[in-house]
Amino acid sequence: MTATAARLFEGAEWDFAKLQRIHDACEEIARSELGLDTYPNQIEVITAEQMLDAYSSAGMPLFYKHWSFGKHFAHHEAFYRKGLMGLAYEIVINSSPCISYLMEENTATMQTLVIAHAAFGHNHFFKNNYLFRQWTDADGILDYLDFAKNYMAQCEERHGRQAVEQTLDAAHALMSHGIDRYPGKKNLDLRTEEKRAGERRLHEESVFNDLWRTVPAGPAKSPEMLNSERRRNLLGLPQENLLYFLEKAAPRLQPWQREALRIVRHIAQYFYPQSQTKVMNEGTATYVHYRIMNRLHEQGRISDGNFLEFLQSHTNVVFQPDFDDPRFSGFNPYALGFAMMQDIERIVSNPDDEDREWFPDIAGTGDVMAVLRNTWANYRDESFISQFLSPRLMRKLRMFHLHDDPEESAGIRVDAIHDERGYRRVRRELARQYDVGYIDPNIEVVDVDLAGDRRLMLRHAVVKGAQLNEVEAKRVLQHLADLWSYDVSLVEVDATDTVLKEHVVSPRRHAAAA
Amino acid sequence: MYIVDRRLNPGGKSLENRQRFLRRAKALVQGAVKKSSEGRDIRDVLEGGEVSIPLDGMNEPRFRREGGTRDMVLPGNKKFVEGDMLPRSAEGRGRGTAPGEGDSEDAFRFVLSRDEFVDLFLDDLELPDLAKRKLAEANSEGLQRAGYSTSGSPANISVSRTVRLALARRVALRRPRPETIAQLEAELEDCDEARRSELLAEIEALKAKVRRIPFIDPIDIRFRRFETVPKPVAQAVMFCLMDVSGSMSEHMKDLAKRFYMLLYVFLTRRYRHVEIVFIRHTDRAEEVDEDTFFHSPASGGTLVSSALQVMHEIVRSRYRPADWNIYAAQASDGDNSISDSEAVSRLLTEKILPVSQFFAYLEVGEAGGTTFDMPDSSLWTLYQRLRADGAPLSARKVNDRSEIFPVFHDLFQRRGKQEKVAP
Repeated sequence: MTATAARLFEGAEWDFAKLQRIHDACEEIARSELGLDTYPNQIEVITAEQMLDAYSSAGMPLFYKHWSFGKHFAHHEAFYRKGLMGLAYEIVINSSPCISYLMEENTATMQTLVIAHAAFGHNHFFKNNYLFRQWTDADGILDYLDFAKNYMAQCEERHGRQAVEQTLDAAHALMSHGIDRYPGKKNLDLRTEEKRAGERRLHEESVFNDLWRTVPAGPAKSPEMLNSERRRNLLGLPQENLLYFLEKAAPRLQPWQREALRIVRHIAQYFYPQSQTKVMNEGTATYVHYRIMNRLHEQGRISDGNFLEFLQSHTNVVFQPDFDDPRFSGFNPYALGFAMMQDIERIVSNPDDEDREWFPDIAGTGDVMAVLRNTWANYRDESFISQFLSPRLMRKLRMFHLHDDPEESAGIRVDAIHDERGYRRVRRELARQYDVGYIDPNIEVVDVDLAGDRRLMLRHAVVKGAQLNEVEAKRVLQHLADLWSYDVSLVEVDATDTVLKEHVVSPRRHAAAA
Repeated sequence: MYIVDRRLNPGGKSLENRQRFLRRAKALVQGAVKKSSEGRDIRDVLEGGEVSIPLDGMNEPRFRREGGTRDMVLPGNKKFVEGDMLPRSAEGRGRGTAPGEGDSEDAFRFVLSRDEFVDLFLDDLELPDLAKRKLAEANSEGLQRAGYSTSGSPANISVSRTVRLALARRVALRRPRPETIAQLEAELEDCDEARRSELLAEIEALKAKVRRIPFIDPIDIRFRRFETVPKPVAQAVMFCLMDVSGSMSEHMKDLAKRFYMLLYVFLTRRYRHVEIVFIRHTDRAEEVDEDTFFHSPASGGTLVSSALQVMHEIVRSRYRPADWNIYAAQASDGDNSISDSEAVSRLLTEKILPVSQFFAYLEVGEAGGTTFDMPDSSLWTLYQRLRADGAPLSARKVNDRSEIFPVFHDLFQRRGKQEKVAP
């Protein structure tokens, strides 16, 4: 124990010089001992009100204006004022430089914890995980949001607030289905994207000639020519990215509406990796802060008292109530992620026979950080759990699998528990809980009746008998129909192609698209 | 690494989003505001507060699945083994809704600020005769900046304007710069005789010019000018007149109170300073405090003219019509002795109405009845007659709580310019 090193701070007070010292000390450990590779850091100190602001706009520092953010703000504020909700200690943004917001009322220990957690843990994960590298552009996101904000403001000036609001309402309702799930051929570069949007508009303006409107159209093509095969090809069907499809193919949208859909789609895409890596992201950050704080304490740079304060909040963060505890609300991603990371550390450095059998690739290799960095870079929650959840951890958390079939009158069956027969099944089911392919309903555009009433046809592939909530589905489809401006139908089919239900919605008269 | 202190950034970043939200939810929030304002005191009604609106219409729909067979992995197994069947009653446990949005399924609660609350409360209402024609006298005149002048008190010299004008004048008249003279003098130090006399002459000429053209001339000086502008009267007094004779029930008083409450809120929105005078009357009238006004019992006959007389005296002694906007609201069950009508009509038309901005009469009835059932009372008939003669007073009948706001709304609704406020 090298107690010689100077303390970073004493007591609870902090100032900017101390923050700098804390950051530098964390950085030294993160780089030299953990081998982390991060974006440059930018630390911003904010008040509780600003934290609430950030909550309501998905944590982003700038966003276009929309009433739903105001609604979330009002909601959070009411909860916060009543004391029903504490605020997060920090928010971190996947951007370069990586922006971490720290609350001003944190103590010095908490600021250290938060810097280690967000500015190094999350930051490393953002920069290295394959999903983030593939789907997000950390350099461009803030510029793009700025563009989006200004663009929407301009649209409001030109086309009226109500029209923009209707378009955004509709786009938000479809946001969860405005995502490309499989990588396309090109990388996303938001700066170029923004430039292209501008060029596209300029080009349209420069080649606009009213005369073209008066040129008589050629003879109508016979319906036979547009056979269904070709039509579907032309429209790129089937298409599961509903917003993309509308942007490209909706017949009566204005150019600015297409751009608005595009913006919402890009933002949804930006957040897509975060929803797939909750456990890993928080696990990584928690593991990193735990290592850094321990190291700082070993070096004598944090006093015992402050270290106890850290341990207390760390324990709160990784607390996992049992299923029958009133506080239980699903797996705590911090707890599960942290436990798995620590478990990997144990397997790599000090494996037993069971570990050698289950994890021959990593058991006993010795280099903990190399294994973890590799994991952080190449897995998402679903694959991470299905690869690395060990029998020992299942036993420790006493996991069990319930199968709830409404047809079964006797009750809910315990399908597997943490024993030799159940390990693999429990692990598979837990991994599936984190698989976005299972979480989001699988809805596709399958066809358009171009020759007839231009009805847009969608299909929901029902999995395990879970159909859409009817009221909500109707509302979403209403928005969809308003954008499409003709009828929209959605059929719910099960695995054997039996139609379970059909929803049909017609566009509203005052639809924004009209 | 950069550290940025954002704490001093202007707050209210979400304000615009919040306003959009309120605009969208306007009808719902207005309903909630009216509801929550019931059961408050007159003065408290202005405070903001928590309101709760139904979430319907404000929801953000998503495709969501429900039902079907479910599989879940849970932590904390204590006694289950594979193949156990758990009775379904235990199902709910351990799957509580996520905190936060959980309880917001049917209602959405949030806090309105005082201003938002009152704005929504009084939306699209307007004071009749808002522009007081008589402007107040000297003591309510204000000063306002009105450009610059060439004369004024030394305390009002505008230095920047003066210096600017002086500079312009010096440039225009080509006043030599001191540096030019200094340069020539430096040259004088080492030069031949011919050049020397030439330089001396030149320097002399420049210096003479400097003396002729002053650095600051009296014509440069400017003073900040102020004008006095008359300010509209920013204070109002509200007279609450109520019949407290035995025929007025608690319910009727409650109706009257609600009406006064609305009027008070409304006036405080428009005037910086609002005073309330409570006058209760039976067959004689007296000025009382709010508590006595609403809660103390009194008995006797009914003479409306006595209250009007007291109001007239108070106006004369304390509230000069030149300085005050005067509003009066009278609540009564309509009983009045026939012999009093003449006095009432004379007091109103000659003394009260000419100085009042607005006079409202509210006839309150028993609970359960409808306004159509109420026979025209003596007071009502009298006021109808006065109105027919063109007196600017408004009268309404109410007998249920829920009618108060519509009646109030009706009285103060924003109207076209031509239409007279008193219907």
